Amino acid sequence: MLKVNDINVYYGAIHAIKGVSFEVNDGEVVTLIGANGAGKSTTLNTVCGLLHSRTGSIEFLGRNLAAVPAHKMVELGMAHVPEGRRIFQQMTVEENLEMGAYTQPRAGIPANLERVYEQFPRLKERRRQVAGTLSGGEQQMLAMGRGLMSNPKLLMLDEPSMGLAPILVEQIFEIIKRLHQAGTTILLVEQNARMALSVADRGYVLETGKIVATGTGDELLHDEAVKKAYLGG
Amino acid sequence: MSFLNNVITGVSLGSIYAIIALGYTMVYGIAKMLNFAHGDVIMVGAYVCFFAMNSAGLPPVVGVLLAIVVCTALGVVIERLAYKPLRAAPSLAVLITAIGVSYLLQNGAQILWGAATKTFTPIVSTDPDARLVLIPGQLSISYVAILSIVCCVVVMAALTLFTGQTKMGKAMRACSEDKGAAQLMGINVNSTISMTFAIGSALAAVAGVLMCSAYPILSPTTGSLPGIRAFTAAVFGGIGSIPGALLGGVLLGVIETFAKAYISTDLSDAVVFAVLIIVLLVRPAGLMGKYVPEKV
Repeated sequence: MLKVNDINVYYGAIHAIKGVSFEVNDGEVVTLIGANGAGKSTTLNTVCGLLHSRTGSIEFLGRNLAAVPAHKMVELGMAHVPEGRRIFQQMTVEENLEMGAYTQPRAGIPANLERVYEQFPRLKERRRQVAGTLSGGEQQMLAMGRGLMSNPKLLMLDEPSMGLAPILVEQIFEIIKRLHQAGTTILLVEQNARMALSVADRGYVLETGKIVATGTGDELLHDEAVKKAYLGG
Repeated sequence: MSFLNNVITGVSLGSIYAIIALGYTMVYGIAKMLNFAHGDVIMVGAYVCFFAMNSAGLPPVVGVLLAIVVCTALGVVIERLAYKPLRAAPSLAVLITAIGVSYLLQNGAQILWGAATKTFTPIVSTDPDARLVLIPGQLSISYVAILSIVCCVVVMAALTLFTGQTKMGKAMRACSEDKGAAQLMGINVNSTISMTFAIGSALAAVAGVLMCSAYPILSPTTGSLPGIRAFTAAVFGGIGSIPGALLGGVLLGVIETFAKAYISTDLSDAVVFAVLIIVLLVRPAGLMGKYVPEKV
C-alpha cells in the first residue's frame, strides 16, 4: 500500500533522514520505533507531504506522491494523526470531526460520525463541548476519530501515547487493536516501543535517521539489541 | 438629549470602525499578519464609488457594488503578489511589506486621481432635513448613521453565520488555529487565505463608501487614519476575534465622540489611545481575546 524508497530529508544543513526505506502492506499495523530525535515524526511528515525528500520516492497505492501537495493526501486515502494531537482547540468536538471529513461528500458525514461515536462513546457525550476543554486522553481520541472521518485507507498515528497516563495508554492501544481487527491499515510511530511492538505486525527501528533493525513485532520484542536499547533490558 | 445624540453619532461611527476592524482581525486570525494596507483599500473603494457615481453617472447602488468588486480583486491581488511569497518569511518582513503596499496604494491613487481632495457625494441624502426624527427638535438620526449601523449588524450576522455554520467558514477557523493540522484535513490553506483577503477587502469597500458618505472628503490618504483607528479597535476588542472587532469598533467610536464632545476635539485621539493602553494593561489579549491553555 505504502512504499517508501530511500528518502533523505534535511532541516537546513542537518541531515535528518538518511536513506530510509520501508513499506506498509494492506491490512498491516507497521510501527516505526526509536528514541527522541531518531527521525520518526520527520519520516511521517515527509510521507504526508509536509516535508520533502531530496531523493528516492514515496508510492501510495501505486501512485508516486512527489508532486502531490499535503492537502491532497487525504483525498488519496491517507489520514495523519499528528504528534501532539493538534486538534482545533477552539472548535467543538463535532466541528473537529467535521473538519476530518472535509474532503468527504456531505451525504456520508452523518454515518461517519455515528461510526466514530460508536468507537469513541466519550466523544459523543461531549460533542457540543469545545475541544480545548477535553482531557489529554479524550483529545487523543478526538484526534484519532478526526483521522477516521475521512475513511482512510492508511491511518498514520504519530506518538498517540505521548503524555498520557498508563491506563489511557492501554486504552489507546486497545483502540488501535480494534481498528486493526476491523481491517484498517495503520502506520504507527511510537516511543513506547513495547506497546507498539505488541500490537504491530512488523516494525522498523530508527536510530539517528537510519533504519537499524526490522522484523515482525515479536522478533523485535525478543531481539537482544532492541531489548537493551528500547525495552529497558 | 445631546448625550443621546452623541451616543448615536458614536455608535454609527463605531459601526464603520467595526466593519474595517473586521478586515484586520480576520486577516490577522488566518494569516497572522497585520495588513497595514487595509486602510488604503478603503480609500480605493471610496474612489471607485465616487467615479462611478460622478463621472459615469451610475446610481449609488451600482457604485457600491463596483467598489466591492474592485476592492475584492485588489485584496486578492495584493495578497497573491506581496504577501504570499513571504509566507515563510519573518513577520517583520511581512509587516514592512504591508506598510510598503500601503504607500504604493496612496501614491498610486495620487498619480491616478490627483492629490486634490474631492467632495464625495453621499450615497444617501445628508440633507439636514432628511433625518429620522425621534423627538422633534431634540433627537434625530441621519440616514447615513442608520445605514452604517444596519450595515454593521448585517455584516456581523452574516459573518457569524458563515464562520459558525458553513464548511468553508469552519475551515477558515481551523486554518486560523493550526494551518498544519488544517492541511492534514485536506483544507487548501492558500485558497483559504485568499478568501479571507477577499472578504476583508469587500468589507473595506463598504466601509469606505459609508465613511465618505458620513464625512464627505476624499483624498489619497483618506483611508490611513480610519485604518489605524480601526486597527486599534481590533486590538481593543481582541485581535483575531470577530465579536471583538464589533465591540472594539463601537466602543472606540463612542469614546472618540464623547472625548470630542466633553473633553476636547484635539485630545480625542489621545483619549482613545489612553483607554486602549489601560485595557491592554488589564487584559493583554483585548476585551474578547481568548487565551486557551494548551493541554498535554
